[in-house]
Amino acid sequence: MTELLQYLVSGTTVGAAYALVALGFTIIYNASDVVNFAQGEFVMLGGMVTFFAWQAGVPLPLAALLAIVAAAVIGVLLNKLAIERAGAAPVVSLIIITIGASIFLRGGAQLVFDKQLHRFPGFSGDEPMNVGGVTILPQGLWVVAVAVMVFVLLYVFFTRTLTGKAILATANNRVAAKLVGINTDYMMSLSFALSAAIGALAGILMTPISLTSYDLGVPFALKGFAAAMLGGMGVPVGALVGGLLLGLIEALTAGLVSSTYKDAVAFIVILVVLFWMPQGLFGRKSMERV
Amino acid sequence: MKSVLKAAVAALMIGVASPALADIKIGSTVSETGPASSLGDPEAKTLRMLVDEINAAGGVLGEKIELVSYDDAGDPNKARTFATRLIEDDEVVAIVGGSTTATTMSIMQVVADAEIPFISLAGALEIVDPVQPWTFKTPHTDRMACGKIFENMKAGGLTKIGLISGSDGFGASMRKHCVDIAGDYGIEILADEIYGPTDADMTPQLTNLRSKEGVQAILNAGFGQGPAIVTRNYGQLGIKTPLYQSHGVASKAFIELAGPASNGVKIPGTAILIADQLSQDDPQYAVVTAYRKIYEEKAGSPASTFGGYAHDALRLLVDAINRAGAAEPQAIRDAIEQTKGFVGVTGAFNMSATDHLGLDLSAFRMLEIKDGNWVLLQ
Repeated sequence: MTELLQYLVSGTTVGAAYALVALGFTIIYNASDVVNFAQGEFVMLGGMVTFFAWQAGVPLPLAALLAIVAAAVIGVLLNKLAIERAGAAPVVSLIIITIGASIFLRGGAQLVFDKQLHRFPGFSGDEPMNVGGVTILPQGLWVVAVAVMVFVLLYVFFTRTLTGKAILATANNRVAAKLVGINTDYMMSLSFALSAAIGALAGILMTPISLTSYDLGVPFALKGFAAAMLGGMGVPVGALVGGLLLGLIEALTAGLVSSTYKDAVAFIVILVVLFWMPQGLFGRKSMERV
Repeated sequence: MKSVLKAAVAALMIGVASPALADIKIGSTVSETGPASSLGDPEAKTLRMLVDEINAAGGVLGEKIELVSYDDAGDPNKARTFATRLIEDDEVVAIVGGSTTATTMSIMQVVADAEIPFISLAGALEIVDPVQPWTFKTPHTDRMACGKIFENMKAGGLTKIGLISGSDGFGASMRKHCVDIAGDYGIEILADEIYGPTDADMTPQLTNLRSKEGVQAILNAGFGQGPAIVTRNYGQLGIKTPLYQSHGVASKAFIELAGPASNGVKIPGTAILIADQLSQDDPQYAVVTAYRKIYEEKAGSPASTFGGYAHDALRLLVDAINRAGAAEPQAIRDAIEQTKGFVGVTGAFNMSATDHLGLDLSAFRMLEIKDGNWVLLQ
């Protein structure tokens, strides 16, 4: 029983991190139908910028804030300098641009920072809490709490605010959105900034648990993308559930079945789900515009 | 940024400039950037500073060494291209490099065809077994690391162990060799867990090892962030059985990343990690102290085991050229093969026609982490 709970704790923590990355995918996808493969690099930037600022003597909360702002600025630059320039290029071209941006950011981080692994202390210390034989890291609670909070805020943002609805409108039909007076360029920049900030937040929260380095973005982006697909691309609740589910499947397979097939089982589950529900668990049915 | 660019340009210029002064050309392709950069970076730095030092001291056979170096970024295809370029365009007499087993494998084919001696800096046993006439290497094999660890476990009465390893090349290879030779040492592997090299959390695997009846020690075969996270999780779960790590974590950075949980972790390491604890009559004392001093002065960071591999490879090569009396590939190859009692940073090398590594288990020292430092176990 203790073992099972320990697997669940592990799965929930890692799953919440996947969910945060998946939420980042959701926002840009909602604004532009683009899957931003540079999302993982924002996660990396969050951890790396925070570490180097913290090492230079900046207090940790301030360093984290700095990293979030830096990532948001880079997100906006990515939109302004690369995505916007591509104009009316098809979505596939835009996705390829984000892959290019991801390689560029990784190379840049290697030069600006370094190639070593780094870590800073957990927000509430590193002493694990023992609850009935199950050990929980305080940082794990932070990850889960922030993931749920970001989800709630995004849900409210997309369903209750005008700006959120304007972002959705931009994705739905850019020309029509412009006609009703939405500044679509601004909406795009806003969604990149938000998405980058959430990615950076995930990186900051996970660094005390999983360490950070310049090349950590790719695995996170891959898992976050899988989580978003599983839950349904573009739906915040899908990102949250998809992320948690992926983390739990991984942890439970590693614990109960075989750690060798951990990743295989997770991806088989995703394949099976997508086979029956191509839109993901919570995805919208694809609509044909008339 | 700017200074990095300048340094890169300068490095290129050193690489190609003034052929009239530099007569003995030695080539290198290491993984200075990319996923294996934690190996390749100290290796490249070591090669450059040693060549400068050797040249300042008068060179080899009265001639200066010219180092032509490339960065293959851990990509086997690039390594093959650079090896070909080193041989055909740069006309080097020998090659040092191949930071990873994969890059080494692709260089090996090129040097075998061109008949140029090559000293690899990668770990796998497959590089020297079966022996390839033109390929040598300086790092211990992972099989030897398993042997050293099992020797220590057995001496401590720990015969039933739980194994946890990364699914990357390093972890998978070491796992295979450890499973292979465990029986020879009377060690029984009761549980065998795997984790992905970029996984964020290994508590499920460690929970299984903790709850497995009869496990007396845990061995982690891994490299990079994996072992640091395993060690942290080991501390988080409050596991009491002793934890052994591989030589893949042999750097100060590991202790920092793993935190207080690393206290008591044992690894098979090299003398460079405990340079200040070596007694003056240790055969490796002089060479280790000298290398550590020059590396720390010039690179400004602590010397690592990996840089030591490059140090030994270049010194072996220079020693061979001196003994051969000529900078000809065939003569150098024969001289390397005849190396006897050559004391390097990694250990004492005794090469032969059937052994192109030349190290034995005595080159490894069992180390334990105590209060954030490596301590030699007697």
